[in-house]
Amino acid sequence: MLALVPLFPLLGFVINAALGRRLPKTVSGSVASAVMVASFVVSVMIVLELAAMPADQRAIEQTVYTWIASGDFVLDLTFRVDPLAAVMILVVTGIGALIHIYSTAYMHDESVGEYARYFSYLNLFAAFMLVLVLGANFLVLFVGWEGVGLCSYLLIGFWFRKRSAADAGKKAFVVNRIGDYAFILGMLFLFARFGTLDFRQLASTVAAMPPEEGVFGALSIASLLLFIGATGKSAQIPLYTWLPDAMEGPTPVSALIHAATMVTAGVYMIGRNAVLFSHAPETMMIVAVVGALTAVMAGTIGLVQNDIKRVLAYSTVSQLGLMFLAMGVGAFGAGIFHLYTHAFFKALLFLGSGAVIHALHGEQDIRQMGGLRRYLPITYWTFLIGSLAIAGVPFLSGFFSKDEILYETFHGGHTLLWLIAAVASLLTAVYMFRLVFLTFHGDGPHAVGVTSHDVGATSPRVGATPNDVGATSHGLGAAPHLHDAPPAMALVLIVLAVGSVLAGYVGIPHALGGHNALATWLAPSFVPVGGEIAGEAAAEETALELTLMGVSSLIALAGIALAAFVWLTRRALAAAIALRYPTLYRLLLNKYYVDEIYDAAVVRPIQALSQEGLWRGFDVKVVDGAVNGTGAIVDASATLLRRLQTGSVRAYAGSLFIGVVVILGYYLWR
Amino acid sequence: MFDSTFDAVVPLLCVILAALAAMGAEAFRARGERMPIGGLGIVGLAGAGVSSVLLWNRNAASFGVILADNFGLFVTLVLVVVGVLTIMFSSQVVRRDALPAGEYYALVLFAIAGMIMMATANDLLVIFLALEILSVAVYVLTGIRRDDQRATEAAFKYFLLGAFSSAFFLYGIAFTYGVAGSTRLDRVGAYLAAQSMSDSPLILMALALLLVGFAFKISAVPFHMWTPDAYEGAPAIVTGFMSTGVKAAAFAAFARVFLSAFEPFSADWAPIVWIIAALTMILGTVVGVAQSNLKRMLAYSSIAHGGYLLVGLVAANEVGKAAILFYLLAYAVTNLAAFGVIALLGSRDRGNDELRDYAGLWHTRPALAALMTVCLLSLGGLPPTVGFIGKWYIFSAAVSAGYYGLAIIGVLTSVVSVFFYLRVVVMMYMAEREVAAAMPPRVTGVSMAALAFAIFVIVYLGVMPTQVLDLASASIATIF
Repeated sequence: MLALVPLFPLLGFVINAALGRRLPKTVSGSVASAVMVASFVVSVMIVLELAAMPADQRAIEQTVYTWIASGDFVLDLTFRVDPLAAVMILVVTGIGALIHIYSTAYMHDESVGEYARYFSYLNLFAAFMLVLVLGANFLVLFVGWEGVGLCSYLLIGFWFRKRSAADAGKKAFVVNRIGDYAFILGMLFLFARFGTLDFRQLASTVAAMPPEEGVFGALSIASLLLFIGATGKSAQIPLYTWLPDAMEGPTPVSALIHAATMVTAGVYMIGRNAVLFSHAPETMMIVAVVGALTAVMAGTIGLVQNDIKRVLAYSTVSQLGLMFLAMGVGAFGAGIFHLYTHAFFKALLFLGSGAVIHALHGEQDIRQMGGLRRYLPITYWTFLIGSLAIAGVPFLSGFFSKDEILYETFHGGHTLLWLIAAVASLLTAVYMFRLVFLTFHGDGPHAVGVTSHDVGATSPRVGATPNDVGATSHGLGAAPHLHDAPPAMALVLIVLAVGSVLAGYVGIPHALGGHNALATWLAPSFVPVGGEIAGEAAAEETALELTLMGVSSLIALAGIALAAFVWLTRRALAAAIALRYPTLYRLLLNKYYVDEIYDAAVVRPIQALSQEGLWRGFDVKVVDGAVNGTGAIVDASATLLRRLQTGSVRAYAGSLFIGVVVILGYYLWR
Repeated sequence: MFDSTFDAVVPLLCVILAALAAMGAEAFRARGERMPIGGLGIVGLAGAGVSSVLLWNRNAASFGVILADNFGLFVTLVLVVVGVLTIMFSSQVVRRDALPAGEYYALVLFAIAGMIMMATANDLLVIFLALEILSVAVYVLTGIRRDDQRATEAAFKYFLLGAFSSAFFLYGIAFTYGVAGSTRLDRVGAYLAAQSMSDSPLILMALALLLVGFAFKISAVPFHMWTPDAYEGAPAIVTGFMSTGVKAAAFAAFARVFLSAFEPFSADWAPIVWIIAALTMILGTVVGVAQSNLKRMLAYSSIAHGGYLLVGLVAANEVGKAAILFYLLAYAVTNLAAFGVIALLGSRDRGNDELRDYAGLWHTRPALAALMTVCLLSLGGLPPTVGFIGKWYIFSAAVSAGYYGLAIIGVLTSVVSVFFYLRVVVMMYMAEREVAAAMPPRVTGVSMAALAFAIFVIVYLGVMPTQVLDLASASIATIF
């Protein structure tokens, strides 16, 4: 039954890839959505079954077959669902299904073939993500890990005619490969050390070892390598640069990548190996610090970006930073809790921004927007709810999860990290409400009073978006002619808005008289099988928790108030500040120049090495000689002889001979 | 029917007979008459395949120099697959390019006969003989299109350098004979095992020279120079054939000589092979990134793959040895299929093997594009293809044998290599077809069947590798 969860989307992929071009759009869209819904239904049934088991034995396994068995190395293709995986499959299939449904309307202007191609990628993406989540050992997880990387590449670059999209896809892939490199090494290392790649066996083996306090031993190295892999997938310092660019893909894809899949993979992977990571305190510290720094850094960049999706993209990076902070301080449950609530409101925000872009025919610059709440009421209200949730306003989902992270960080004695995280929360509230006020409030949309053609002229992105090309018929004319999201999109937005409000109620902290059901549910996943499950929070800490809760509520409200003050009442102020501190402003606007630094420090040297150094310099100049340089058309009669005598063959033979001499020399004179 | 002396050479004889029949058929063929000469070859190869299966586990030996142990038979089977796929792909190419069919197929079959002989030889001189048989055939095949200047040039260069390297190899055999008094691998091994304490310079000379000879044939850096030229100049299908068959045969002999006869001296050769492997992986990958011609790119990629095989040879533990054979099979099928696609997309006057020729292939030939994608992902080592399993085995062998450096370089290069394989995929799916570009030619049923089979193997062995892995590890156990 477990295998059905990834099999359904895979089936959708096969149908749409093989027949899609011959199917009408309604059919291919429905098939793709239906398989996701089916997968969700199966997931719910599995989770119900899981919930019926005793808490310390909650795990369902299905070994599909023995994948590799040779000698003493046996590796099964096994799917395993435990409380952690249960949360993940619900998120992936649930949010994933909603995004599929939303896409049926959003992508409607694509041609039949492109529409099918889109949905086939989307299904495949979901299938790989489910394999990643359900895999019971590293190698199965890795299949999904590589698969989502590949699919994200295809989806981000979906509009390949747009150069920036193709580049963004490539960047996502390359950066992910760097992470994968470390990840593979980490896997090999663990395998060589422990002889198994099964998560449970690893956990029990590691649990028997003492934590590596103060030393950087095997466990620290292995977990650090895995964490570097996670920074690639989950967009943390230093490998976060691909995610903001990933918004070049169609908006539902951004929602899928940012909310339900892909970026959560790294957080999940750490949660999955909680025992391993907790035995490597040095790595844990690195994880926490990287997470906290990423949260603040991305938050500051988010403050000044002008592209609606780019702001959201940096907000994702920032929120992921908070999740890693939670993982790093050992609050695995809190990290996964935030992952889960974040999936709702980030999907909502991205899809809401998609509705805005859809209504404005491709416009993404928030400076060109404004006053949209009058024209797009559904989008506005749902977007507002999402923003309140992500900002951490009390009693919405984000409040509970973010608060738990902050509390656990403080409680764990990491006061400085707590402070950084608190600043990041403040930033979250500010940049989110800057986005809300600039987009939906203020006086009328600037971009839409004019004709679409003018929009195309002012914003380079518009004309190039195929999605928009078919849509120029809307919105022509002098008066703003904006329509709110079509039914399929509106429905999804409303469902997600409800989720963004309610999702947090599975984890009401004890301090508020709740039972933190989610933490209790997840706890068995973070200890080895049969291990001691951490006890309930002691009562005397309630006061502290309540205090911190009050502080973070104040932070959220203060952030919103600040944003309202600046962008609702005194817009000139923001510009004035920017003028006052031009260096800082430009630093933030250009994202700390990290892309440029990477380009100069890493990309160019590698290109030079490949092009000029090894190939041109070595294989061409020395070896290929005249062959490619002057081309094949040389004086026909003498070509062969001349080249043999003066050209490359002599060089070839020379290199062969030098090789022989070097090897002989090594033996005779060593 | 035969004395059991002949048992071990039956697979070889099947192929040679088919080659002779092909030559005969060509000689008696009326001008313009069409004959299924390729089919003859397939029959011969099938005979070789069946007899190999029958010889399994019997350790048959003929004349003391041909040894049909499971190791040799495994490689023989790989070569049979290579041969059959080559012939199936060739049927279309031979007609399209108006190649002399009898000559072409006879040469392919003689080359395969040489390869099988090389994989089963138990004597350095026989290995040399086999090496020459296959080399001469392949030299001619490289230049089989006599009207193509590049091909002719490539053949000539390949021939000259091949002769040069053969001389080193022969020199190595001479030294070995001088030291051990025999060229038979078992006797050499026995002698060296007794001598392993003494560091005789003659033994080391022999070792080094043999190493060079093999390194040339598997195009290991710095003896790889001929490869890109020869691979780019030869017709695509011949390139596919030599990049897989020649490499498999040479590697089989390399492994046999160095893991059995020269095993006592592994402490002496391992460091050198370590360096060669590292250089090979790095150069093949890094230079591959800069290529825009598909054949040349795959030429560098095949250099890099030789490097991965060398990693298995250096690691030389239980896992590593099995990994070599498994990787050989994985690589042979995948690479041949990739070259098959290139060959099928070419036309008589134009190779159509530049990267931009693949733009929008998904729209014109969706099936070919999809099959090519699977091949490229497998070459890049992405799960769940056979390439991933192969690489995983090689690298975990290296790690468990303590060669962390090689594993780190290997993983890095294979991660980088995906970049250039994926570039082709991107071209096929995510680029506009040039308006002026001609429609790619139709593909015949036979070629399509060959491709389908190769893809089946790639996916099947990625998903269910266990049986073949077991077979590989059981069969390589026979030479130690």
